[in-house]
Amino acid sequence: MARLTSLAQAISENVKDGDTVAMEGFTHLIPYAAGHEVIRQGKKDLFLIRMTPDILYDQLIGAGAARGMKFSWGGNPGVGSLHRFRDAVENHWPHPLEIEEHSHAAMANAYEAGAANLPFAMLRGYIGADLPKVNPNIKQVTCPFTGEVLAAVPAIHPDVTIIHALRADRKGNVLLEGIVGVQKEAVLAARRSIVTVEEIVDELNPPSPNSVVLPSWAVTAVVAVPGGAFPSYAQGYYPRSNAFYIAWDEIARDRATFQKWIEENIMKAGPGDFAKHAKKAA
Amino acid sequence: MSDFTPTEMMTIAAARALTNDDVCFVGIGAPSAACNVARLTHAPDITLIYESGTVGTRPDVLPLSIGDGELCDTALFTVSVPEMFRYWLQGGRITTGFLGGAQIDRFANLNTTVVGPYDRPKVRLPGGGGAPEIASNCGQIFITMALSKRGFVDRLPFITSMGHGEGGNHRERLGLKTKGPTRVITDLCVLEPDPATKELTVMSIHQGATREEIIDNCGWPIRFAETVIDTPVPTETELTTLRDINARTKKAHQGNKEAA
Repeated sequence: MARLTSLAQAISENVKDGDTVAMEGFTHLIPYAAGHEVIRQGKKDLFLIRMTPDILYDQLIGAGAARGMKFSWGGNPGVGSLHRFRDAVENHWPHPLEIEEHSHAAMANAYEAGAANLPFAMLRGYIGADLPKVNPNIKQVTCPFTGEVLAAVPAIHPDVTIIHALRADRKGNVLLEGIVGVQKEAVLAARRSIVTVEEIVDELNPPSPNSVVLPSWAVTAVVAVPGGAFPSYAQGYYPRSNAFYIAWDEIARDRATFQKWIEENIMKAGPGDFAKHAKKAA
Repeated sequence: MSDFTPTEMMTIAAARALTNDDVCFVGIGAPSAACNVARLTHAPDITLIYESGTVGTRPDVLPLSIGDGELCDTALFTVSVPEMFRYWLQGGRITTGFLGGAQIDRFANLNTTVVGPYDRPKVRLPGGGGAPEIASNCGQIFITMALSKRGFVDRLPFITSMGHGEGGNHRERLGLKTKGPTRVITDLCVLEPDPATKELTVMSIHQGATREEIIDNCGWPIRFAETVIDTPVPTETELTTLRDINARTKKAHQGNKEAA
């Protein structure tokens, strides 16, 4: 059964230095508050996994929490580069970052294989592309029935997956809707999981029998953090702050302005500071 | 209409490549603008799909990211990302993929990964995202990019997604049954691959652009078709539609100026 707890406790109990950590969210429901708690607790040597590392991973990399990253698209969507990610890869600041790069299709398949408890995923992918030449974790398998050669990648099995969802009930059953990305697969592929939610309600009342529900017995910890996905968004709660994504470009471009931002908005802040974003749109 | 910018001409020429029957996988940025202009002008029933899982989207403002709430709110339905890539893309349901890129070569291969060596990159770009499998699994691919020496290069440092590879029948030799890139729309001209060699060839030139300008802005000795036509200028409807959606988008994206 999931434990309803505080964010500080959920992170300190479930995220260890050196862990492989997936904080998923495909534009929607990105677990910013939880990621900030990871930075605040000074976690180190994390191997980060995410299809679309955006500002949150830029913050984790620039703050020195990551030793490596497995990903398929590392940018600030519609805006440009992730400057901290680039600085780590191009100039090894604050230290070198080991990268394992895939395509979206391969990452999505690899999470699904992880959730299905399989050792690898296969896809009709990477044809004519150069990534297999630089990533030894992209290999080939031959179909035993047709002889077709397909791409194979290892399944993803994070030590811990962290996601943000819309709401949970008091038993810790979790609901998410809208752009659900790869979060269900990421949670089911992981050894441990932390879910932050906008609110805890008496009755979950899924809007449809096909809503995405993660039952309490498949989740390790559930924490209420209203506004915890800001500046990404929570469908039906508050919109994406595209203005902040645009503003981040300037903040992250320079090491000093980045460090000042981290100090003021993460080190001197707490999960309660996210609540103002939740209230605003309500 | 004769008063328009090269970028507006590019977006409108790109929009015209799409038809009402297309099921289109939309890349972010210029492709997204073109696809929505098509939907709001000559192709009202086109199905637009974004890789975040939103199918049949009808956004009122252009998304900044491929997963903006606007896409989900206006979609016919939304699926998970594994379902999107496995059933709909790999399943062969998408007629057209619309991509942009940082760099392109004469056979319409794209690079969005690195400039310089992969291990010691001069510039680390975002990476491929969905592009490698969009490029191989969609029925055909349109690409839209501004023509420049930095973007249209003689030799790509990295092939993120395959166009026509080394040219000729390279796609067929790799077992691909899809057409690959069939049109590249720039701010100066429209290119299509030569039927035999697959080398990109200038088919039409936009009003105000010249052959010399096109040659000067391309990183390889660019070829022109035997008969090169003038790209029809934007109609008033096309231009108004594009400017309206751009204005709505700008207003929406800068509306909530608050910091975390």
